[in-house]
Amino acid sequence: MTLLYSEVEEELRSAVRDLLADRCPPAAVLAAVVTGPGMGAAVPAGSVTGAAAAPGPGPALADGAGTGAVIADGAAGSGTVGGLWPALARDIGAAGLLVPEQLGGAGATAREAAVVLEELGRAVAPVPFLTSSVLATRALLGAGTDAARELLAALAAGETVAALAVPFGTSPYAPEAAWAGRVTVAGGRLHGRVPAVAGAATAEVLLVPAGGALYAVQAADAEVEPAVSLDLTRPVAAVVLSGAPGRSVGPNLRPVRAALELGAGLLASEQLGLAEWCLATTVAYVKERRQFARPVGSFQALKHRLADLWLAVAQARAAARNAADALARAAMPETDPPPAAPAEPVSAGVTPAEPPDAVPPGAVPVTVVPVGTASAGGASVQAARAGAGAGAEVAIAVAVAQAWCGEVAVTVAEECLQLHGGIGMTWEHPLHLYLKRAKADQIALGTPGDHRAALARLADVPGPPAG
Amino acid sequence: MAVVEGAGRTVDEAAVRARARDFLAAHDEAAGPPLDFLRARFDAGLAWVHFPEGLGGLGAPRELQAAVDEEFAGTPQTDTGRLAIGLGMAAPTILAFGTPAQRQRFLRPLWTGEEVWCQLFSEPGAGSDLATLATRAVRDGDEWGVDGQKVWTSGAHFARWGILVARTDPDVPKHRGLTYFVCDMRAPGVEVRPLRQITGEAEFNEVFLTGVRLPDDLRIGEVGDGWRVAQATLMSERVAIGGTPIRRGGGMLGAVLAAWRERPELRTHDLHQRLLRLWVEAEVTRLAGVRLRQQLAAGAPGPEGSGMKIAFARLNQELSGLDVELRRDEGLAYDDWTFRRSESVDFFGRGPGYRYLRAKGNSIEGGTSEVLRNIIAERVLGLPAEPRADKDVPWKDLPR
Repeated sequence: MTLLYSEVEEELRSAVRDLLADRCPPAAVLAAVVTGPGMGAAVPAGSVTGAAAAPGPGPALADGAGTGAVIADGAAGSGTVGGLWPALARDIGAAGLLVPEQLGGAGATAREAAVVLEELGRAVAPVPFLTSSVLATRALLGAGTDAARELLAALAAGETVAALAVPFGTSPYAPEAAWAGRVTVAGGRLHGRVPAVAGAATAEVLLVPAGGALYAVQAADAEVEPAVSLDLTRPVAAVVLSGAPGRSVGPNLRPVRAALELGAGLLASEQLGLAEWCLATTVAYVKERRQFARPVGSFQALKHRLADLWLAVAQARAAARNAADALARAAMPETDPPPAAPAEPVSAGVTPAEPPDAVPPGAVPVTVVPVGTASAGGASVQAARAGAGAGAEVAIAVAVAQAWCGEVAVTVAEECLQLHGGIGMTWEHPLHLYLKRAKADQIALGTPGDHRAALARLADVPGPPAG
Repeated sequence: MAVVEGAGRTVDEAAVRARARDFLAAHDEAAGPPLDFLRARFDAGLAWVHFPEGLGGLGAPRELQAAVDEEFAGTPQTDTGRLAIGLGMAAPTILAFGTPAQRQRFLRPLWTGEEVWCQLFSEPGAGSDLATLATRAVRDGDEWGVDGQKVWTSGAHFARWGILVARTDPDVPKHRGLTYFVCDMRAPGVEVRPLRQITGEAEFNEVFLTGVRLPDDLRIGEVGDGWRVAQATLMSERVAIGGTPIRRGGGMLGAVLAAWRERPELRTHDLHQRLLRLWVEAEVTRLAGVRLRQQLAAGAPGPEGSGMKIAFARLNQELSGLDVELRRDEGLAYDDWTFRRSESVDFFGRGPGYRYLRAKGNSIEGGTSEVLRNIIAERVLGLPAEPRADKDVPWKDLPR
């Protein structure tokens, strides 16, 4: 285990950081959000298929003409601030980072994806990396179908953008709530409504859990209703399906569970990047800002608060790295060795399907190790046990990272605002984008309380006896 | 923690292991007194391998010590708790600033435990602001006459030597008028009184120095250079306090978890939520420590070390406080208030009440958490210092 950054990871970081510095400075992000939903200005026509601009609370306060809606510019369909996403997705290859090489991706691990997320968090970049290249991509990995492989190849190439149609607040420990009873499927057509889906507004393909399986729906066939969102740089939208045709891409929802766990673990790195920006920006500000004829950063009352934040961020860095490392060491299904004694030949194709969805609610999420060959004798039973142990280690690392980083990002953003004084309350200063993202991230993929509740079970810290 | 990476160092490890085995083959530890064995081990360069040859070491990388310690498992050992000040603070300082004669005189009996060391730094009027200390040393020919009072001196009642910082020039600003000495704890005029602390026992002492005569060859470093020498000592202390690896769920957390698991009837929802938060905090602190040691092993020490002591102090205090609360009626009891001397901190041989009270010292000893926050703010984050009233003022003119 290493919690440091490798040279390759640092090179990737530099490439992403250079691109973001060039295409995604805070002022550009701020300019880009002013015509989003709820801003009192209509979303440009054609930006989101089937979308209706949500009613907003007031008039537009800034001149946002020509900057485009936050996550959608009509030309690219998946564009963002000044063509940022195509450059990130294709030129740097971020879209295919987690996709195996045989499908045109980079075959990288969660460690590299985590470094990308640190930089995207630091820039509060409005791009669908987490929603498409992590969550949707992981939901397709291990699905075991040709349809999934086709879609993965298109995602890796940066040709399309997908979103996993579950509420962004879905807890990885109780994912059933995300799909139970929401969407029904009959004759290949889907009906239902999924609220608060992140990345839906820019997705061309929606991955919809329905009837215990995963379906791909063209966004053009669905209604995507952008919500006036707390997080301006990653707004959510409701997905409404009224008989939209769905193509089955996965026979079970096991990969979706894995996606939620991977997403939660990697979100910690985005939160780390957010917190690092807030801390660095605040430190720079209190060195400059003078009151009482001295820099306010020379007052011990402020220095001690900043020292405490620095410590919390140092702990967050270790926790986020640990989660990424644990997720990276747990092999993705595409690269898993075949089960020790397969009960039946693996069907043609490079992607063995993950075994049926049989994990009871609240069980240790054994997400990345095949355990479905219980009938195959002692060796595979041992492998399954070992897998359960490794799965628990991954689950602990993810829960710790999310329980800590989710809180730290919010705390650092809140302190950043307070220590900026009045300027921190203004729309023109970009820090509110970070606060809003941090607060939304705290809810995303399980609240810190959800992750602590999971740790009670995973780390044997049981609650009071019932009754 | 054995940190040996790369082919080059593996050879070194094999070499030190071979040397240790040769030594063990040639020395039967059961044949004579343990002290003879320890002296021979020192003379063979197997005491602390990163020290120079002739001074108990081999000039090898510090990481190789773990391999040597493994080889010497089961042989006579020194009491590292009793020798902590000597091993952790006096020895590195003497090595860095002592004369060849001082190194030869002090290091061997320091390591073998023949001579125990204590630290004479803090004073009633000089805690966080150590540089303002008032113990005076006045030169008189080849000797120094020392007068003053020191406090928080653990082990002074059995120590042979003390590392002492005293003021030799009151006419210059406070940091510049200090000199570092070795104090002979058997010299006339050295009086040691136990200092009873809130746990009931006396780990520490007050030390009164009245007309103590110290020969000049007990001075470490130049006259007036004592602050720089003391900084090296204090840096070693903080590394020692913050750098110990623990396992997940171990340390102070382990003590609480044991009670929590054994006593379901004591659990409440409120305590459960607080314990889970502390479990997470302990784990991220442990991981930050792992990361810090990985940085050290990679030759790039990070600034995280400054924060580790703050984090451990907080955790120890919160966890031990929760432990007492958890036990309800039993938490109203205390195991033993007897005023007795203790030589080391016995967190786990005592009850939760003792742990709670003793942990209060964790955020004070070895640099208060407030001073450490200043260090982080100024040296890591680069924030400006508070305006200083004492920087360019002669020590004797400072308000007291």
